Amino acid sequence: MIYLDLLIGFLEVGCFSFGGAYAAIPLIRDVVLRYGWVSEEMLTDMIAVSESTPGPIMVNLATYVGSSQAGIPGAVIATLASILPAFLIILLIMLVMKKALDNKYVQAVMRGLQACVIGVITAVGIYMLYQNAVRPVVTGADDFRPLLLAVVLAVLYFGSRKVKFMKKGLSPIMLIGIAACLGILAFGI
Amino acid sequence: MLLELFLTFFRIGAFTFGGGYAMISVIEDICVSRKKWITHEDLVNVTVIAESTPGPVAINCATFVGYKQKGFIGAVMATLGVVLPSFIIIYVISMFLDRFLEIAWIANAFKGIRVAVGLLILDVGIRMVKKMPKEPLRIVLTVCAVLATLAVSIFSLKISTIVLLLAAGLISLAVFLVQKPREEKGGEQQ
Repeated sequence: MIYLDLLIGFLEVGCFSFGGAYAAIPLIRDVVLRYGWVSEEMLTDMIAVSESTPGPIMVNLATYVGSSQAGIPGAVIATLASILPAFLIILLIMLVMKKALDNKYVQAVMRGLQACVIGVITAVGIYMLYQNAVRPVVTGADDFRPLLLAVVLAVLYFGSRKVKFMKKGLSPIMLIGIAACLGILAFGI
Repeated sequence: MLLELFLTFFRIGAFTFGGGYAMISVIEDICVSRKKWITHEDLVNVTVIAESTPGPVAINCATFVGYKQKGFIGAVMATLGVVLPSFIIIYVISMFLDRFLEIAWIANAFKGIRVAVGLLILDVGIRMVKKMPKEPLRIVLTVCAVLATLAVSIFSLKISTIVLLLAAGLISLAVFLVQKPREEKGGEQQ
């Protein structure tokens, strides 16, 4: 049953998304691909949309996947399932276990979790770049445009932080906007 | 008061682009400086807790502030308030995104955008690596996680990220348990 799958799938995501919004992306990718709800490309597009709209990426993705699979009830179930663990854990910490996070054994587990999350996020970034920028070249299609685009975007994004009058460099939304324009430029209208 | 909590967090949810940390500065401005619902120390504490518990920081903060003001119902109202705006926006988008992406030039724009998304995620990963304390165990676990995740993606293995997380947590705990008695012995010799 789709409602139950959505509930379990996004509870799982909500329970394990240590380390902020981006940490949820690999988990959602896992769940979504396992159930075959959304294609990898569609998920990437959706991440871009989530990045350009308000709200945490995890919640946005849950709403989107739920809605695409089972309309409003699906969207409600997936969204609530994704935030329920975070909600309960904060209540629990405030009520009973204020000191639990200072426990050295808990901290030892946390160190491992954090290191793993960081690795997983980095790997997903590498893999997405490979899929969308490098693969069109190596699979024999000989399409160099995505790779060129990646290089231009990387130079703009990381380079903009070195420019003095732009304090923080390009924001993610600005980068997505530029990427959209370059995409149209490279692949045509 | 409940309505005020709900509306305040609705507004916070509607106007914070750029993820959880952008939201913290808005919460600081509204809940600490203007409404004095919580203190600055409270907010710092909840941010630290949010970082070591699952879920988006924004949700954790909303639950915390709501609970402090009005107990369980307050927590529910604040949390629902902060998610509702993005829920509505994404729901509307989800109704037409498929058809929208069938338009040729928009599909081409998204070919570019996908590259940008990869870059953004990689950037977040690199930043986290830079901020991470450089202990040998953490570095080993991070490198292993990168390799394992790449292997899973490339060879389409059926290993979920959760398994990797649990393994890393257990390894870290095991190493801690093994090292602790040794350190205690070292302490006795001195």
